[in-house]
Amino acid sequence: MSLRSTTRALPTLFRIGFAEMVAYRAEMLVWVLATTMPLIMLALWSAVAHDAPVGKFDQEDFVAYFLATFIVRQLTGAWVAWQLSFEVRTGTLAMRLLRPLHPMVSYAVENLAAIPLRLIVALPVAVIALVLTGSQRLPRDPLLWGVLLLSLVGGWLITFLANAAIGTLALWTGSSVKLMDVWLALFMVFSGYLIPVELFPPLIRGTIEVLPFRYQIGFPVEILSRGLDRGTALRLLLGQWIWIALFLLGVRALWRKGLQRFAAYGG
Amino acid sequence: MAQTMVTVQALRKHYTVHKRPPGLKAALGSLFRRVPTVVKAVDGISFDIARGERVGFLGPNGAGKTTTLKVLAGLLHPSSGEVRVDGHVPQRREDAFLKKITLVMGQKQQLLWDLPPSETFALNRAIYEVPEAEFRRTLAELTELLELGDLVNKPTRTLSLGERMKCELAASLIHRPQVLFLDEPTIGLDVSMQAVIRDFIKAYNERTGATLILTSHYMDDVAALCPRVVVIDRGLLSYDGSLDELVRRIRPEKRLVLRLDGPVDRAALEAVGRVVSTDAAGVVLQVAQDAVNPAVSRALATLPVHDLTVENAPLEEVMSELFAQSRAARGEVEDAA
Repeated sequence: MSLRSTTRALPTLFRIGFAEMVAYRAEMLVWVLATTMPLIMLALWSAVAHDAPVGKFDQEDFVAYFLATFIVRQLTGAWVAWQLSFEVRTGTLAMRLLRPLHPMVSYAVENLAAIPLRLIVALPVAVIALVLTGSQRLPRDPLLWGVLLLSLVGGWLITFLANAAIGTLALWTGSSVKLMDVWLALFMVFSGYLIPVELFPPLIRGTIEVLPFRYQIGFPVEILSRGLDRGTALRLLLGQWIWIALFLLGVRALWRKGLQRFAAYGG
Repeated sequence: MAQTMVTVQALRKHYTVHKRPPGLKAALGSLFRRVPTVVKAVDGISFDIARGERVGFLGPNGAGKTTTLKVLAGLLHPSSGEVRVDGHVPQRREDAFLKKITLVMGQKQQLLWDLPPSETFALNRAIYEVPEAEFRRTLAELTELLELGDLVNKPTRTLSLGERMKCELAASLIHRPQVLFLDEPTIGLDVSMQAVIRDFIKAYNERTGATLILTSHYMDDVAALCPRVVVIDRGLLSYDGSLDELVRRIRPEKRLVLRLDGPVDRAALEAVGRVVSTDAAGVVLQVAQDAVNPAVSRALATLPVHDLTVENAPLEEVMSELFAQSRAARGEVEDAA
């Protein structure tokens, strides 16, 4: 499907994707609430910082950081690895392949269609964050707000593309769910989701900067709550979009090669 | 001469699978050493199908029918050989190709499970870029032909299997495809629903001139829909031609199906033809094709006949015989080699 045709179809795809999400609203809500790890981390790190700051983080910094993490996580979630792995194993990917719409576009729309529901949970948390920590941490520079927007789009893209790459590997391995679990474990540690990247020793921090995980969550959270300067924000934005380009190329290559192995089991 | 819609030349589709015997020892062994086996799902078949033709793919389970259908629909990449559908190479899955075809699988569905079928129709309208007016016209036509009524507004999960299949067909035809690949479209349906689906498919073919390729284990589907059959067995082509010719070739004898008004001696029946079966419903006799007229005359003269029909041997029997013959022939070739 050409870009123009896809764009024309998008409103219907989103409307129906959202209708599906609403059909699963109870499950979706439980799922969103299950991503409360940042709130647990908030309580934990605040307790640690009760008597003295941890690095440059005092209690209020941790509150701002982990509430921002919770919000960014809601906006950048994707789960296509599980969908793809399941559909490859059961052969139901066939139904997507029969349509003149790239399956990755349909997965992307389905994943993005959940964002309005996730916002219902994320927005009150944003208001609470503002009340508790004030607005002084938020960027004052309009350019940084632009970078924030791009970093959120980029964070979602990396999460989606990493999922897509790992899901596509199921065309070789039959199932790639366990591989996704490994990715998730690395994500939890190195993305800033559980531990702010600033708190790692310098050597590990250097390594984290060249890995993709920080660009999924930590980078937008740092713009929102850590007062990143222009230079650092733009440098990280460049790193993020280099990863996006690499993932795009990787997914494209894996998809093309993998489809030749698709066995369309069942039926 | 009719224009060719599908061309298949020396198509092969081989898979490598890893076989493992049951048991803990074999499971542990397979951790270190897996034994690959090549499965020849399709092993060099060739045929052409003309535009507007209705063709049935027949064969036992695992014969390669569905694999061939999936290659034609672009889902599987052939191991070798050449396939064209209206000039397109299916595995390239170009938009123009995908807009011309549909594949309906009796065991898989495209309908969105928690939403009414009308939402899947709307989704397909957007994806296939069907203009609104044409969409409404097609949908009205499909609703009438399939008697969908209010079904389209109920969540898919609440529909019965037969209702779902009717909606599945409608969803697959919203973009008015020129080639219909139907893989067991009546599987699991009751007899009356099978007839509804069959009638619809035939009517669609006659109205639109679409090419139709069907696989089904229900011989009634094939007999009702497909003047031509392609028989595939163990990945090889066993027969390609008209259904009538297949029956004539394999089982040239005819069956006299009699309903009698009273009991009759077996000897009296055997004087008419070979007794195939006798039960409360009636008697089935087999006679040579050129002996049908004298046998009918004799039956009417000597038996208390209430009703009499002349039929071909059941298609199931014809197929079993064909598979047995093909395997025997292959066995002979292997022995000779």
